[in-house]
Amino acid sequence: MSAGRCEVSFTVNGEARTVSVYPMERLLDVLRNPLGLTGAKEGCGEGECGSCSVLLNGQLVNSCLVPVLQAQGATLCTIEGLAADDRLHPIQQAFLQCGGAQCGICTPGMVMAAVYLLRRNPTPTLQQIREGLGGNLCRCTGYTRIFNAVMEAAQPGSEP
Amino acid sequence: MPQAREAVENRRKGGSQLQTRVVGTSVPRKEGPAKLTGQARYIDDLSFPGMIFGATVRSSIARGAIEEIKFGEGIPWHEFTIVTAKDIPGRNVVSLIVDDQPCLADGAVNHPEEPILLLAHPDRHALARAVAAVNICYRPAPSLHTIEESERRELIVWGKDNIFKSFLIEKGDVDQAWKDAAWIVEGEYSTGAQEQLYIEPNGVIAQAGDTGSLTVWGSMQCPFYMHKALVALTGLPAENVRVIQVETGGAFGGKEEYPSMIAGHAALLAMKSKRPVKIIYDRMEDMAATTKRHPSRTRHRTAVSADGTLLAAEIEFVTDGGAYATLSSTVLSRGTIHAGGPYYWPNIRVRSKAYATNTPPHGAFRGFGAPQSLFALERHMDHVANTIGLPPDEFRRRNLLRQGMTTATDQVIHDPIVMHHLLDRALELSGYHDKVARFTEHNRTSKQKKGIGMAAFLHGAGFTGSGERYLNAVVGVEAAAAGGLRVLVSSTEFGQGTNTILSQIAAETLGLEYDDVSVAPVDTSISPNSGPTVASRTAMIIGKIVQTAALKLRQTLLDSGLLEPSAGREEFLAACQTYRQRFGELQAFSRYEAAPNIFWNDEQYRGEAYPAYAWAVYVAEVTVDITTYSVTIDDFVALQEIGKVLHPILAAGQIEGGVAQGIGYALYEKVVWKDGRMINNQMTNYIMPTAEDIPPIRVFFEEVPYQYGPYGAKGIGELPMDGPAPAIVNAVVQATGIDFNSIPLLPEDIFRGLTSKPERQPESLLSALAAEGSQ
Repeated sequence: MSAGRCEVSFTVNGEARTVSVYPMERLLDVLRNPLGLTGAKEGCGEGECGSCSVLLNGQLVNSCLVPVLQAQGATLCTIEGLAADDRLHPIQQAFLQCGGAQCGICTPGMVMAAVYLLRRNPTPTLQQIREGLGGNLCRCTGYTRIFNAVMEAAQPGSEP
Repeated sequence: MPQAREAVENRRKGGSQLQTRVVGTSVPRKEGPAKLTGQARYIDDLSFPGMIFGATVRSSIARGAIEEIKFGEGIPWHEFTIVTAKDIPGRNVVSLIVDDQPCLADGAVNHPEEPILLLAHPDRHALARAVAAVNICYRPAPSLHTIEESERRELIVWGKDNIFKSFLIEKGDVDQAWKDAAWIVEGEYSTGAQEQLYIEPNGVIAQAGDTGSLTVWGSMQCPFYMHKALVALTGLPAENVRVIQVETGGAFGGKEEYPSMIAGHAALLAMKSKRPVKIIYDRMEDMAATTKRHPSRTRHRTAVSADGTLLAAEIEFVTDGGAYATLSSTVLSRGTIHAGGPYYWPNIRVRSKAYATNTPPHGAFRGFGAPQSLFALERHMDHVANTIGLPPDEFRRRNLLRQGMTTATDQVIHDPIVMHHLLDRALELSGYHDKVARFTEHNRTSKQKKGIGMAAFLHGAGFTGSGERYLNAVVGVEAAAAGGLRVLVSSTEFGQGTNTILSQIAAETLGLEYDDVSVAPVDTSISPNSGPTVASRTAMIIGKIVQTAALKLRQTLLDSGLLEPSAGREEFLAACQTYRQRFGELQAFSRYEAAPNIFWNDEQYRGEAYPAYAWAVYVAEVTVDITTYSVTIDDFVALQEIGKVLHPILAAGQIEGGVAQGIGYALYEKVVWKDGRMINNQMTNYIMPTAEDIPPIRVFFEEVPYQYGPYGAKGIGELPMDGPAPAIVNAVVQATGIDFNSIPLLPEDIFRGLTSKPERQPESLLSALAAEGSQ
């Protein structure tokens, strides 16, 4: 079954990786299965829920919609790459403190969307937060405490 | 209302309340860091050596006989494990209440998407091709798809009369009350199906051992329901079957009963293939095949006196249960009991029925029947108020229950009821009266019509009636090998905060720190059966048993002489370890004890339906754009009394999340049916609220401690699902002047309402009596 496979190389969470894949395999599946990075989740498989969000060359993407070939040479960041040495990233810390995570299934994607938002706009308004997280569905929280968490993380002194 | 005011005042002053250290504070969620870093392992994140994947071949028709199953060409079928009903070693049922639902259809199907055949293969992609290559030949039979079709009984699809269950609540003498009425007002209301839409689809992994043992891991609410179903299906001894809950990515009732079906499928494939089998539904399969909230229709006929006092109600509440009985009886029960809401009815009759149709069975979803009957009631209260010429708040105020009054089931409410206070405060917090005046003026000239609406409601905590006695929950507390304390329960964490609040309660009880306590993973081979994680019962019922088990453990230490009564935290923890070294385990188990004076007559549906109720008044403010017919919610006030708030952040999170689901129920979430099948089974076309749709949700609590709850806590989880839909629709009705009586209320419905001739719903106003009454 190796016919049609090719090698794709990229950097994920600071580590260079080469994987043998079918070129049209979903980036989500490659991250989860051969690479064991199961933080990104599949909620819908059609780019609606955002649970599979990762950063590809600094851009927020739904990894269920990205053919792995498109990641050739790219720099990827997943939820597993955020916390350094057991210290939560300020956004993760804010989610924990503010009650931004309940069941946790949307959380990795939501946190990545918040990271992306705060990198582009370190002091967003509530409306900008709503828009920035508009592609990530959460069924538990009603979003309110997620907004609070992003506001908290955006306070001066945090390093989004 | 002197007692109620006193209760609230007591709370404000700190009163005679217990001072708590851990309970009532917002400690970090136990499994928070794992969830935030992507380390938490959900079912699809697990992989076992030799594991293969399972898939389900489902019915493409609503009802009929299965004539032949053909395996198409071009598929190496010998590589597949194939399971049909013939492979079931035990009983072919998903054992729950009535045991009428087969695990795999055998000869006939009764709804679209009914499971018929199972396949397993090491390659997921090969599996999908094989599912498509199975061709099932049917002899189709006629089918039913609505409540109206089912109640006509021209075709019987279940039992003798298409009725899964019916209830009758009768209080006072309804038939005698009509003659004293100044007004008699009627209304009919309906609610649609709603998908739970947990973001993690359903999934399980099953592994069969060589020696007749079976283990299932899965995303679920109720491990012991699954255990019971697996024992019936496999015929294995109960002790050979083990169910382990893994991190669960949302449930909302959707993972109460259906996971038992999937577990059965994975178990059959695992037993036949002798390999671990993983079944993960994709979103489309999950939405099409699994349960939803029961659609409903409610008819009200209400007698009111000249001064706006409720005299009598005749309520007919009916639901669509789908093709098998599953939980329809208990959903109907809760809906029936809540149908009279938080009002005093001297005379009331509620008749209810759950009907069979040929849709996939409807099931548990947060609120469990109450959101349906309370939508109808709270829309009807506005309709009656409007008809008799009282403001909606004043009409409610005149009829709200007070302490010492009786509910529809004749339950005397002995605890303080602060509904009048909640009503006044919610009106104040939302600026209600000022806005009513301003909006009336504003709406004269604007195309952005504004409205403000309310809902007053209650939600019973715990199983209904004698349910908790039957469940007879057991909870354990043990000294952990690694130090500290562990709580042993089958109460699952799926986002609500079970692990956190139960740890808080144990820590508070024993003078420990929050970090000293954890909750053991839920595993039927270790955890005692504390019942299902449903019915807003975990905080109030299980929390209380955690407290008594913790005290029992302390007593064991005192009796052993290893602990002095005056000992502090460190001595306690040291004594736990010393006890373990000397005697082995240190565990204490406690059983549910009913609060006193709880009597329930299941025949007459009379008595203490629930040990305690949470009470609430919600107010929604909306703008209806009469160019686009879209509704925007501008403000939402959610004020409730849930007893002691164990964890302010988790509690507010429960309310906000429930309100968001209620907003979806009211305005967005429409299941589109075709011949019994959901045809918009994707997140693309079944629309739930996004971050951009959610208004500011302002959550407020009043705390009136409940004597028999842990530190005064009552139930909270389901309450916020009940109020948003009627409050929002009442606001839309106020904004537009059109009586909308069905949800979901989509822009096209508003368009239709505003562009067709406005027709008030039929109502029989007994004008002669009205004239007499208004003298």
